[in-house]
Amino acid sequence: MSKKPGFFGRFYMGFILFFLYAPIFVLIVFSFNSTRSRTVWTGFSLQWYQRLFSDGTILDAFYTTLIIAALAAVISTVAGTIAAVGFYNMRSRWRIPLTQINNIPMMNADIVTGVSLSLLFVSLGSVLQFRLGFGTLLLAHITFCIPYVVLAIMPKLRQIDRNLVDAACDLGCTWMKAFWKVIIPEIRPGIINGLIIAFTLSIDDFVISYFTAGGNIMTLPMQIFAMTRRRISPEINALSTILFMSVLILLIIINVRDVKQEEKLKKRAAALNQ
Amino acid sequence: MKPKYFSIPYVGWMAMFVVAPIIIVFVYAFTTPGGEFTLRNFSDMGIFMPVFFRSFRLAFIATLLCIALGYPVAYILAREASRVQLVLFMLIMLPLWMNFLLRTYAWMSILENTGLLNQFLSFLGLPTVRIINTQTAVVIGMVYNFLPFMILPIYSVIVKIDKNLLEAAHDLGANSFLVFRKLIVPLSLPGILSGVTMVFVPAVSAFVITQLLGGGMVFLLGDLIEMQFLGTAHNPQVGSAISILMMLIVIAFVILMNKFGSGEEKAVGL
Repeated sequence: MSKKPGFFGRFYMGFILFFLYAPIFVLIVFSFNSTRSRTVWTGFSLQWYQRLFSDGTILDAFYTTLIIAALAAVISTVAGTIAAVGFYNMRSRWRIPLTQINNIPMMNADIVTGVSLSLLFVSLGSVLQFRLGFGTLLLAHITFCIPYVVLAIMPKLRQIDRNLVDAACDLGCTWMKAFWKVIIPEIRPGIINGLIIAFTLSIDDFVISYFTAGGNIMTLPMQIFAMTRRRISPEINALSTILFMSVLILLIIINVRDVKQEEKLKKRAAALNQ
Repeated sequence: MKPKYFSIPYVGWMAMFVVAPIIIVFVYAFTTPGGEFTLRNFSDMGIFMPVFFRSFRLAFIATLLCIALGYPVAYILAREASRVQLVLFMLIMLPLWMNFLLRTYAWMSILENTGLLNQFLSFLGLPTVRIINTQTAVVIGMVYNFLPFMILPIYSVIVKIDKNLLEAAHDLGANSFLVFRKLIVPLSLPGILSGVTMVFVPAVSAFVITQLLGGGMVFLLGDLIEMQFLGTAHNPQVGSAISILMMLIVIAFVILMNKFGSGEEKAVGL
């Protein structure tokens, strides 16, 4: 780590980035193709974008995905925060086995999580008279999101100076007040991180949704899977271009903001040192 | 209300949605459709042996390729200046934000018989290759999809290695290769192990990649499970038995990782 990477290292990095981006580039280029072909370029056109926005099934799937992701992210962040604070205040005799159970959905193959949840929902459904659908899909998403939220918050909790909570309590705070006034502000970065992780995991999930959604509701990844199996349409390319560009722009905005804040802090520090 | 009771609702949730489903999988795996105890779901698995071997072989090859390709990336990345590191790191992670179905679908246009790779090869006057619907295509798809999961944990371990340690080794007369072999590789072993878990487990259970790039010609464990639950074979009992084997693989990895003393965060590479 003492030396900077040389020419060969840079070249290799370039090769890997090419490997990672070539397929995405291909997708984007062929979203503007004038014919259905995904391998022969025949001319520029925006027709696949027009068709995408008039395709009811894709738009429905997109809304479903967004609603599920928003609900799952918010619910699992609230539940995960409360659970993490609870875990943190437990004795390790209880905490260690419970965090290990918490890790199960993260460690298990997605297909096993999906299959086991679908068996649960089918058995419960036959007793309680319900079918797989929006509700089971949401329950499944919350279940696989909470562990990541807990994992994002735990390190922040460990960083809190325990004296801070004690001091708040000594100064007359009830424990609940200390929770709101001391603990929550201290772990806020972890909570936000957990919320983002949960939201992206939920949006991106295909395998678990595939097994728990039943036949009447489709998320966007499920819709994409169905489309790749039937006739292939460049609408998929148009859709992926839009999604990729949104993420790219979002990341650039976040980073530019971070860099600006960093520079502001540096300037302030420099001004103070004078 | 005492803070330790905060976790009670979630403990209930886990009992319902994490533990109970696994118990149900076990019940299914050890019963007949009529509900009687049986071991046949396991003993009948012999016919699936070729699928098991194929899955393990392809997942193993994909994992090795991910280490071979990903380790140098993580190592080079860790040596860059911090601003460059941040940008490169984002560039490596950015493709993950595009749904893996779409990225796999993109490979179909590249690898098809009349696809972009073959167009390029014939443009250069080279013989074309048949890759789509072969095991090679499936391995390419796995490596492509899971490579960032190998780079991330290795990078996060290498970047934390104490520089003083490396300098001390240099001062004591070790050359760069010796430092790499005796210090950096052993110290990055926990990262490699969590990378292996994050690549091998999804690779061995893959079923989308096989259907898109293998065209149904390359049948793996994930396809087998899917077929028992949603597909034509419909036999959730056998599907549950196979799922239990998948869980055993995961448990084996967890035990292996705990042996190398990495904490719960490292286990998933965060």
